[in-house]
Amino acid sequence: MSTPYAKLPAWADYGLIPLINLSVAFIVAGFVVMLVGENPFRAAVILVEGAFGKGTGIAFTLFYATTFIFTGLSVAVAAHCGLFNIGTEGQAYIAGLGIAIVCLSFDSTLPWWLTFPLAIVASALVGALWALIPAYLQAKRGSHIVITTIMFNFIAASIMVYLLVGPLKPAGSQAPQTRNFLAGAELPKLNWIIELFGAKIRSAPLNICFLLALVMAFLVWLLIWRTKLGYEMRTYGHSPKAARYAGISETRIIITAMMISGALAGMMALNPVMGDQHNVAIDFVSGAGFVGIAVALMGRLHPVGIVLAAILFGMLYQGGAELAFEMPAISRDMIVIIQGLVILFAGALEHMFRPYIQALFASFSPKSVGMQAINGKGA
Amino acid sequence: MAQAAIELIGINKSFGAVRANRDINLEIARGTIHGIVGENGAGKSTLMSILYGFYQADSGEIRVGGKPASIKTPNDAIALGIGMVHQHFMLVDNFSVLENIILGAETDALLKSSIAKARSELDRLEREYGLEVDPDAIIEELPVGLQQRVEILKALYRGAEILILDEPTGVLTPAEADHLFRILRQLKEQGKTVVLITHKLREIMAITDTVSVMRQGTMVATRETRKTTVEELAELMVGRRVLLRVEKGEAEAGAVKLAVKNLTVRDSRGVTMVDDVSFDLRAGEIVGIAGVAGNGQSELLEAISGIRHAVSGSVMLEGKPIDLTGKADPGELRDRGLAHVPEDRHHVGLVLAFEENENSILGYHDDPRYLRGPFLNIDAIMADARDKIEKYDIRPGNPRLKTANFSGGNQQKIVLAREIEQDPGVLIVGQPTRGVDVGAIEFIHKRLIAMRDQGKAVLVVSVELDEIRSLSDRILVMFAGRIVGERGPEATEGELGLLMAGVEHQEAAQ
Repeated sequence: MSTPYAKLPAWADYGLIPLINLSVAFIVAGFVVMLVGENPFRAAVILVEGAFGKGTGIAFTLFYATTFIFTGLSVAVAAHCGLFNIGTEGQAYIAGLGIAIVCLSFDSTLPWWLTFPLAIVASALVGALWALIPAYLQAKRGSHIVITTIMFNFIAASIMVYLLVGPLKPAGSQAPQTRNFLAGAELPKLNWIIELFGAKIRSAPLNICFLLALVMAFLVWLLIWRTKLGYEMRTYGHSPKAARYAGISETRIIITAMMISGALAGMMALNPVMGDQHNVAIDFVSGAGFVGIAVALMGRLHPVGIVLAAILFGMLYQGGAELAFEMPAISRDMIVIIQGLVILFAGALEHMFRPYIQALFASFSPKSVGMQAINGKGA
Repeated sequence: MAQAAIELIGINKSFGAVRANRDINLEIARGTIHGIVGENGAGKSTLMSILYGFYQADSGEIRVGGKPASIKTPNDAIALGIGMVHQHFMLVDNFSVLENIILGAETDALLKSSIAKARSELDRLEREYGLEVDPDAIIEELPVGLQQRVEILKALYRGAEILILDEPTGVLTPAEADHLFRILRQLKEQGKTVVLITHKLREIMAITDTVSVMRQGTMVATRETRKTTVEELAELMVGRRVLLRVEKGEAEAGAVKLAVKNLTVRDSRGVTMVDDVSFDLRAGEIVGIAGVAGNGQSELLEAISGIRHAVSGSVMLEGKPIDLTGKADPGELRDRGLAHVPEDRHHVGLVLAFEENENSILGYHDDPRYLRGPFLNIDAIMADARDKIEKYDIRPGNPRLKTANFSGGNQQKIVLAREIEQDPGVLIVGQPTRGVDVGAIEFIHKRLIAMRDQGKAVLVVSVELDEIRSLSDRILVMFAGRIVGERGPEATEGELGLLMAGVEHQEAAQ
């Protein structure tokens, strides 16, 4: 059957529709806020002010966004190859091990600008290797990657718990975490950039990983749309049969894509571990891997969209925390509900309003939706 | 003048900016067979979908039996006595005929009385229209011709007075098609109205009383069939004169380019799909493989192109063997001069979500011409795509457009341009013009013959007998995985049709 809708101009596709989806999510969230007896408009003001109102808020928002950029990119790279990597969470978590080894070994001898590259390599490598096993099983044994990556999240969590209450825990400590890193493994903050614009920051964890995340976003764009490897990944992602026809090795492309995805997931660990906590603690990923799925979907798998979506989720995290603090009736769980609504409307129901908007566009200016022929089944 | 069964008055339908139907007026007389022809994308399916309630017209009026009708869903259409037989059957494969017939029309929870009623009704319908089918047979075990009969019975069971058939003969052997036509004539004699959508002009001439021609969303003409000709209809469809049969000179067959010996292929269930097939393909000739869809042609093509694992036999390309373990690298075969236009361009030959220029390098993306180190050389790829667009008159000529937005004919041209322009020694083509409009068919056929005249070896597999006959220098007929005969291009349709139906083969076996 023919696709009943024509194409939209890019600005509407990538700007207007997400905006409408987001607005609907916030309107529904507003009703939820009303339901618990608070004023939704005041809640919205607190949320936005909490995220962007003060320098500290902005820094926190961008700190969270950094984490989500990495996990979003990780999910997107796999998705372009037709693979649903649910294992970002576990790949990031286990990458903490690689960072721990580098930081604990060198933090007393090397300066941060030498430890950092080593830690980047270590985190990417461990994340990639953790993704390699499910990728191999998918490519060679046909074990579904969704199932195996979920299971590998649990395995990663168990390994990390074992290590953090055992071998990696300093003797005599009660906390399930490594010792605190020394200055040689502490990343410089970026708060001064925000202070350049005149805002004041008390203390916020925004660090150089944010820049690394932006560089990675650019590299992912380059990989997907400008390299032969990216071309092969997209071919396989859209049609494994076409990839077979084109002589693209299924095994090679699945394993490569998953390892890149795992490497990006692994780099996420740098941000909280070296940029903020300065130790590897239990559950430091705390769901960022799963948020990455929403970020990738909302960002339409495009690095620019992912950066924007990551900032949005960073705002929800930071503003949400302020909201929970300011309005006692709104608990932490309420924030999760709002985030869930955003995921629901921006991700799962992404196409809900599309037909109406397309009809609207077509009635305004038929040229703007310029499509030559109806595709699909012949007439 | 018979009373009109259906009148369509001023029907308009747009999808976005695309006006699929504009101001369509059509009157279909009761008790006649009315053909609707047109190229792909002319709006035939859209019009019928409006009539059957899949789409709503933007404006216009439908009258059924003289009364204005509002058809919002297929259920409304069924209630008005309109039945539809789809191109792709809407049957549940693992249900029996009877179960499929009552599906959606069942009246009781345990189906007991529904089934009893259906059985007696089916019996009556079968007798009345000569539509014999075993009511307890399982659909997937029936040949396509019978499955189609079940679709017709399904519509009649629901009280259809007006039957719409969408490209009904695409999957049938000539004999099955003849049988279908007999059934349609019988339906007509019983006072039913039949609407036949097709792009095969021969069928129109053979069976319809009236024919309407659509082009680019408009109804350009309605003719009494006996007062028109195939040439006139083709011209009306395309808007210009068309050569229905491409002229070509004698083949000058040279050395053997591709030698297939005792090739046997089984599918994933272990069923033998290609059974001990041997043939040679020489330089400067076109060999056509005829056969009803599903007789092993697809598997044969896939095995030769190294995509599918073959159990035994050998394929020699220019004297060197092709790896038949299913692990062959199609890229390596391309380097050796084997180009392949796959049957399924939507899922295999193209990536519909890609831009046109991205598809124009699919399979050749390892070629250093298109690369700069690990990066794609976008400038070179675009220049190359523009070049092919010009040479092959691919429309619209925008290499940045998404491939899904091209029409079937232009999509096929994208694939052909890609494969032919690599200047391969051997070109194997599956269904060169499936879903391709008449104007593009002519172009594609000319290209293939030009390849032949340059001394290339061309293997064509097609379910369109006309195409095979007009292109091929030698015709091989496949039935049940075997090559059951070889004929020259002068073979009659009847002769080939019998071979395709396996008649001669079975007689020989007895």
